[in-house]
Amino acid sequence: MRIVAEHLSYTYNAGTPFAAKALDDVSLTIEEGEFFGVIGQTGSGKSTFVQHLNGLLRTPSSLKRGKKKDGTVLTVGGFDLTDRKTDFRALRRQVGMVFQYPENQLFAETVFSDVAFGYKNFAEKKPEAGEVERAVRDAISVVGLDYERVKDMSPFELSGGQKRRAAIAGVIVTKPEILVLDEPAAGLDPLGKREVMALLHKLKESWCKTVVIVSHDMDEVAENCTRVAVFSEGKVQYVLPPAELFRRTEELLRLGLDIPLTAKLVRALGQRGVTVDCDFTAEDLVRKLLALGGDQC
Amino acid sequence: MLKDVSFGQYYPVRSFVHSLDPRLKILFLIGYIVAIFLAQELLALGICAAVLLFAILLARIPLGKVLRAVKGVLFLVLFTAAVNIFFHGGDKVYWDGPALLWEWKIFRVTQAGIMLSVFLVLRLFLLVIGSSLLTYTTTPVSLTDGIESLLTPLKWVRFPVHELALIMSIALRFIPILMDETERIMNAQKARGASLDSGGPAKRVKAIVPVLIPLLLSAFRRADELGDAMDARCYSGGKNRTKYKKLRFSWRDLLAFALLAALIAGIVVMYIFPVFPL
Amino acid sequence: MANALEYKDVAFSYGEGGFRMEHLNFSVAEGELVAVLGHNGSGKSTLARLANGLLTPDGGEISVFGTVLREKNLFDIRKQVGIVFQNPDSQAVASIVEDDVAFGAENVGLPRKEIGERIGYALRAVGMEEYRTATISRLSGGQKQRVAIAGVLALRPKIMILDEATAMLDPRGRREIAEVVKQLNEREGITVLLITHFMEEALLCSRAVVMNRGEIVMEDAPANIFRRGEELLTYQLALPRIGEIANRLRAGGMNVADALDVDTLAEEIAKCVS
Repeated sequence: MRIVAEHLSYTYNAGTPFAAKALDDVSLTIEEGEFFGVIGQTGSGKSTFVQHLNGLLRTPSSLKRGKKKDGTVLTVGGFDLTDRKTDFRALRRQVGMVFQYPENQLFAETVFSDVAFGYKNFAEKKPEAGEVERAVRDAISVVGLDYERVKDMSPFELSGGQKRRAAIAGVIVTKPEILVLDEPAAGLDPLGKREVMALLHKLKESWCKTVVIVSHDMDEVAENCTRVAVFSEGKVQYVLPPAELFRRTEELLRLGLDIPLTAKLVRALGQRGVTVDCDFTAEDLVRKLLALGGDQC
Repeated sequence: MLKDVSFGQYYPVRSFVHSLDPRLKILFLIGYIVAIFLAQELLALGICAAVLLFAILLARIPLGKVLRAVKGVLFLVLFTAAVNIFFHGGDKVYWDGPALLWEWKIFRVTQAGIMLSVFLVLRLFLLVIGSSLLTYTTTPVSLTDGIESLLTPLKWVRFPVHELALIMSIALRFIPILMDETERIMNAQKARGASLDSGGPAKRVKAIVPVLIPLLLSAFRRADELGDAMDARCYSGGKNRTKYKKLRFSWRDLLAFALLAALIAGIVVMYIFPVFPL
Repeated sequence: MANALEYKDVAFSYGEGGFRMEHLNFSVAEGELVAVLGHNGSGKSTLARLANGLLTPDGGEISVFGTVLREKNLFDIRKQVGIVFQNPDSQAVASIVEDDVAFGAENVGLPRKEIGERIGYALRAVGMEEYRTATISRLSGGQKQRVAIAGVLALRPKIMILDEATAMLDPRGRREIAEVVKQLNEREGITVLLITHFMEEALLCSRAVVMNRGEIVMEDAPANIFRRGEELLTYQLALPRIGEIANRLRAGGMNVADALDVDTLAEEIAKCVS
């Protein structure tokens, strides 16, 4: 499923004195199979954008009868999100959404029933017990938890990193085609961060077709994403692969954004007369630097 | 976002009303409410309305903003008005024409009914707008300070006045945070297919569990964290504690007090000697 | 002279089967800026909470400037040891900046005038003086944490502990706090314990300790600690990314010296390739 947005705008509390424009004429396309990054400062509109992808936020024409479509395009696969008649439930089943600190959404008595929650909600008719068990077992296992050990535990007995995995299992249990995650690694320690990113790659290989992450961590984005959209003040400034985006160091810094460490190094090397052309992953940078003649030392 | 819903929030401008002592404003509000209930005729209520309008102008708060406070109680007000219009009856005549204007089965629309419901609607509006003016012009902290100070005499009977004031202040501080949190959790569960706003009552109660439990856990966690943060800043109850913001009466307060006294006196006089009795 | 903060053979546990700390020995000299690293659950927060009596040790002693922490001097110790916590949204008691900063100073019964001065001082020290009458809920995460720091500063503590105070902030907020922490240490002479799992933040510090299972397992200058990458990994920690890149270059045969900032590493690489 492909995500297409054209001329998408959004204003919180429209028509009140608190009105705040969060998205301003955003156009961007996310292809099926991407590991897509959405970056920008707090308040840049990136969270507002991703909340549109499963209809948690909606365009005016999809909410009010008789409201004319205004040239805004927002489609996810075959779903037209500007249309009031669209089956938003069916959409949500296809677009899994993992919020920041998703462990805060755990509520059930056991890990099993928490993970089963989403599966049962989305089922067309009451699913058979065996069916539920299979789906839950698969989801819990794919996020790297031991199904037999955790299924009857309270989610609140798990460790921090495990809780997050369980929460992610609760979202992916319906096998969504697109998985959207808001700061999936926030608050974890360095190893936990790595494990979560590794998990997302694994999910993209074996479970979901497309992964979209919202992130503040430029290193994370440079290492993992196929393309990146940069949000600033409600607008999309760039949509580029990291290899091209992080060449624009000065522009990014001017937007108040960080750049990945690899880009900082390339920049510092440039100032010393060493030109390196890499895709800004650490691996590629090291390879290129070694190729430049590291054996002289 | 939920937190932006006007919750009698403080409206930060500098004005005469803002600078008044919160205790006086609380007393003023109480006095004002008494006056509204003593007012038995439209003229008296009109005077109350005029005083309120004057206060709003003095407070430099946009009229529209103040009127929005009414939105929350609009349904209640209209319901009351409808009940009175259709059921009140009575045969007093206020203008030329029959006392009974319309009748169908048990419904009777009379002049007296119309007058009464106009009166009630006005009274409720004044009540709500008056109270919201207090919260618009007084920060939560000075409001709680004011209440604490007014309740001080109760300390003699060992009533935990300071603790109560602190609880209020913290509650006011955490309302927007918890509203935000509620919205986040609701979104997260909606994304997992929870339908929070459809189905019958039983279904809805069940549907609220996935929101309520995380919310309670989060509130407890925050309470715990806040408790630590307070302990770490040497909190040990109201004993030996000083206050940065001392409440002091000034000439402004006297002036406002005089106004309030005049209002109440006027209304009381009209209560005893009605001009246009309802 | 006595250490600013000293843990002597401290034991602590959260009930049976839970976290255990058996023999914690650790001291911080006055004026130091020390990083405390460790994975989640390694005992970093326990260490912080023991320092001002939010938790009471099961055994051993904790002393602050030579005074042993006891029930009866709890408040004197708390005046000297301030803690700033993780969540920017659950530390403030009041809605307005100055009212919240005043809270601690009010608690210890200072006269009004002095509270006013201390609010001014504390907000200046964290660069928030323009926000004195602002509403806290409208501030950014970094600003909220600066207000929290100011609220602790108003008690004029000699030691400040930041318990993962940057964990929930965005990069900009983290930079703000790092800046403030450095200033507090250098200009105000406050002894700082910076508990963090951002390895980069450790580089601000003169010394770093690594905790694992309630014990201090490494203790050295940050640069030296990060030279022991393998060992860090066994404590479920990672090198700062820059150290990792330097390591990979070395593994590939480029003999760059240790470098923990971008310019030094670039210099080293430039030497090798030109």
